[in-house]
Amino acid sequence: MNPEDLKYSEEHEWLRMEGDNAVIGITHFAQDSLGDVVFVELPEVGSDVGQFEKMGEIESVKAVSDLYSPVGGKVVEVNESLNDSPELVNDSPYEEGWMIKVEVSDGSDIDRLMSASEYGALVESES
Amino acid sequence: MSENQTPRRTPLYDTHVGHGGRFVPFAGWEMPVRYNSIIQEAEAVRTNAGLFDVSHMGRVEFEGPGAASLLDSVLSVNVQGMRTGRAHYNVICDRSGGIIDDCIVYRLAEQRFLLIPNASNTDTVLDWIEGQRPDHEDTAVTNITTEIAMIACQGPKARDMVAQLADSDISKIRPFRARAATVNGVETFLARTGYTGEDGFEIMVPSESAAAMWESLMELGAASCGLGARDVLRLEAGLLLHGNDMDTSVNPYEAALDRFVDPDRDGYVAGDALRAIRDEGVSRKIAAFEMTERGIARPGYSIMDGGNRIGSVTSGGPSPTLDTNIGLGYVPIAYSEPGTQIAIEIRGRPVEAKITTLPFYRRSRSA
Repeated sequence: MNPEDLKYSEEHEWLRMEGDNAVIGITHFAQDSLGDVVFVELPEVGSDVGQFEKMGEIESVKAVSDLYSPVGGKVVEVNESLNDSPELVNDSPYEEGWMIKVEVSDGSDIDRLMSASEYGALVESES
Repeated sequence: MSENQTPRRTPLYDTHVGHGGRFVPFAGWEMPVRYNSIIQEAEAVRTNAGLFDVSHMGRVEFEGPGAASLLDSVLSVNVQGMRTGRAHYNVICDRSGGIIDDCIVYRLAEQRFLLIPNASNTDTVLDWIEGQRPDHEDTAVTNITTEIAMIACQGPKARDMVAQLADSDISKIRPFRARAATVNGVETFLARTGYTGEDGFEIMVPSESAAAMWESLMELGAASCGLGARDVLRLEAGLLLHGNDMDTSVNPYEAALDRFVDPDRDGYVAGDALRAIRDEGVSRKIAAFEMTERGIARPGYSIMDGGNRIGSVTSGGPSPTLDTNIGLGYVPIAYSEPGTQIAIEIRGRPVEAKITTLPFYRRSRSA
């Protein structure tokens, strides 16, 4: 269920390295817990995000939740298609539903994230 | 009941579990908020039919020679003049006109009525009625909430589905009428009422027969729906939710419920207060708004005119049917005119919206 090649945070975000950039989104478990995603507010390109710090908001039909960045760095791209199609987060959380790309400022941030199997165990304990 | 007691479960709890219901605590009950997608559940109700477990709502019978007079003295509508088989939406107001609850009253017989208060207000309503009329020994008040379950089957196909399970021609039951009927082989009380803006029935069924009723309606194509879809649908239909859109701090004129209030009856406990409010006029009123910029209004957000806070959102969210974001809130009369530009403060930023008319959504009526 959770792709093996990704890293995961306790806040249910995932990260995939593409060169020096990290692609970030929320996990299948997170989208399933939220239900229909109807609004995503992401940081602006060029802004800085800190590891495990708030980077935006995600809204389901019923509730507003905070999004946290699993790494620190500069935002180099945001997924503009989520403005019109926030449901991509539900339909394709690991691919089309990605949220931001971050130029990672400190590679050691990655070491503080979980592997797929560690994250799987966390989800098991929360569900 | 207090919030920290173990939540109550309706007779349909196991049915919800079996169909993948996700539960939330609601008004002291453990209720399904959704099964899978709230948006798909709402769409099922708008295009086909959906089922809601509303067994958590109160069901209280009033029976005796004084029943009509007792209810007439506490409800906002003329109960004495109701015909048997009729249902009326109404509010229960305190002596200053504040709304204690909104509910539906059914006249079951000349001397027998059924009142459906909101789940969290049932005890408050009964205490209030008791307090106003301690002399009502000619009326038996019986709380039958746990004896019967209540299932709302709502949507353009709902009437056909219920009709297929009924022994008699129930299609003759007109809106806001109700009668006993055998459905799915059991004696039920069948009311053509609801809280979604669609046609349909609310089926009061003995608790032990509720699960079979639910399954039979699902087999005919009705979708299991949770409280999430119910809230979306009622907001689209412009139906107020007590606890959000009204409470004892607002009166029915501010809540635009004028047509459900008859204050000119002898013995009506809120009559003096409501006549005075009606005659003086109100300074604020509930208003419907639609977001014209990207953003979703949520309860508690401020309604702004420039830098001035003019009110707060009481209900708000996405409207999947209309593909826009909508909400309700109280604003000064000067701002209540449709077309008026306002803003909703979302996370510290003003997001543009405009006042519109209620309801947001109105179904197309067929014969």
